[in-house]
Amino acid sequence: MVEYKKVLLDPLVENNPIMLQVLGICSALAVTSQMQVAFTMSIALTVVTALSNFSISLVRNIAPSSIRIIIQMTIIASLVIIVDQFLKAYLFDISKVLSVFVGLIITNCIVMGRAEAYAMQNPPIPSLIDGIGNGLGYSLVLMIVAVVREFFGSGSLFGFDILITVNNSGWYVPNGLLLLPPSAFFLIGIMIWIVREVRREQIEPVEFAIQSTAQATASHL
Amino acid sequence: MSSGTDSPSGASPFSLRYWREMPNDCMPKIVLISVSLCVVCSFFVALSAISLKDLQMQNKLDEKRMNIMQVAQLQDKEGSLDQIFSKYIESRLVDIENGTFSDRFDPENFDVLASREDPGLSRTLTTAEDRAKIKVRENFAVVYLVKNDAGEYSNVIIPIRGYGLWSTLYGFMAVSIADGNTINGLQFYDQAETPGLGAEVDNPRWRGLWPGKKIYQDGTVKISVKKGNHNGNAYAVDALSGASLTSNGVNNLVQFWTGPLGFQSLLQKLPQSLS
Repeated sequence: MVEYKKVLLDPLVENNPIMLQVLGICSALAVTSQMQVAFTMSIALTVVTALSNFSISLVRNIAPSSIRIIIQMTIIASLVIIVDQFLKAYLFDISKVLSVFVGLIITNCIVMGRAEAYAMQNPPIPSLIDGIGNGLGYSLVLMIVAVVREFFGSGSLFGFDILITVNNSGWYVPNGLLLLPPSAFFLIGIMIWIVREVRREQIEPVEFAIQSTAQATASHL
Repeated sequence: MSSGTDSPSGASPFSLRYWREMPNDCMPKIVLISVSLCVVCSFFVALSAISLKDLQMQNKLDEKRMNIMQVAQLQDKEGSLDQIFSKYIESRLVDIENGTFSDRFDPENFDVLASREDPGLSRTLTTAEDRAKIKVRENFAVVYLVKNDAGEYSNVIIPIRGYGLWSTLYGFMAVSIADGNTINGLQFYDQAETPGLGAEVDNPRWRGLWPGKKIYQDGTVKISVKKGNHNGNAYAVDALSGASLTSNGVNNLVQFWTGPLGFQSLLQKLPQSLS
């Protein structure tokens, strides 16, 4: 169905949770220095968002509005614990690198945001698809950032050495900044800039005009 | 908010219809919904935790064994992890203060983490003593004796830990039993230093600088981590470039754990007691 397709694909570029809604930045900074880790995190978040949207949508008609946030949190937290348990059992090495960030999916604004904004008003199947779509939108940004950070920061992609670094008696001097979290800020900022140049409708209206320097100086005199 | 006890159609409180007709925001329904949600969620959480527990424990155990085998340079031996481990490795409990083996606890099940919390089984370090910045040192530790193919003891693996720049580094160090002085390997299995700089403590090339270095000269700790090329110097290891603070941390923790508050007395007694 056309509508499902829109629900699934809209969050990729048109309404991307990180680039347009600017949610989930915290983990996007923390887990993108290696592609493998970013990939696992992407899957974990997509699974949690999809399933939480689905289950929250199931209970949306019987959930008392006074405790609806608590109900959402309980469902999300349970799903996150289950995902974390699976990672510890089947992907132990990666779960060690992700450490607290899997647990912090609970506080990821994308999951809560989609639950409150979409799943509470829509039937289970569209909510599930909306969750997958937003998870994929998050994953897309995460993977782009991780490609840049791992390639220039460690000279490798998915853990395979592409550029041999100086530490391993090669020639490439890795860019240490890209291994540190702030670099993801710059990369996401640049991505937001590019997307908004191409799709100008994403540029938000200015809330207040910035005073020009000349006027500001004049008014102080 | 109404009390919710009246049903417009007079349905009994034990029927599903009674609850469906009740507005969502009535107190009894809030209680019912939240309790049932908790029960359902905790069922799934408990189910996943219990059914995956064995696998997770096995992962942790395998990882620890893997690290011990790597520092003992046994990873090329043939056989399963269990077989190699039982053939070449023997775990023993050590009384750190006296430097002697102890039978007070079973080394397989001894919980070192818990013993650090117990004032009777640990020693709180003063600022001057606490070079590795660990605050508390346990009195009993588990060390691993490595045997060679002939079944003779070759190395002892001691657990080491200490603070680097951002994190506590946890690792193992293999020391030759024949002289209790030669380092045969060093490896950290848990650390969160800066990737690309401090985290290069994991780099095999840097780890490769350690084997063959000596710890003691005339009974005092002399090994150190400092800048420069130390190919000819048996008592120094080149620091990691761009990671002075992590290197200082490694320097301090190695000196601490091989020193008088660490395993010095054990290492000095081992050549006589085992070989």
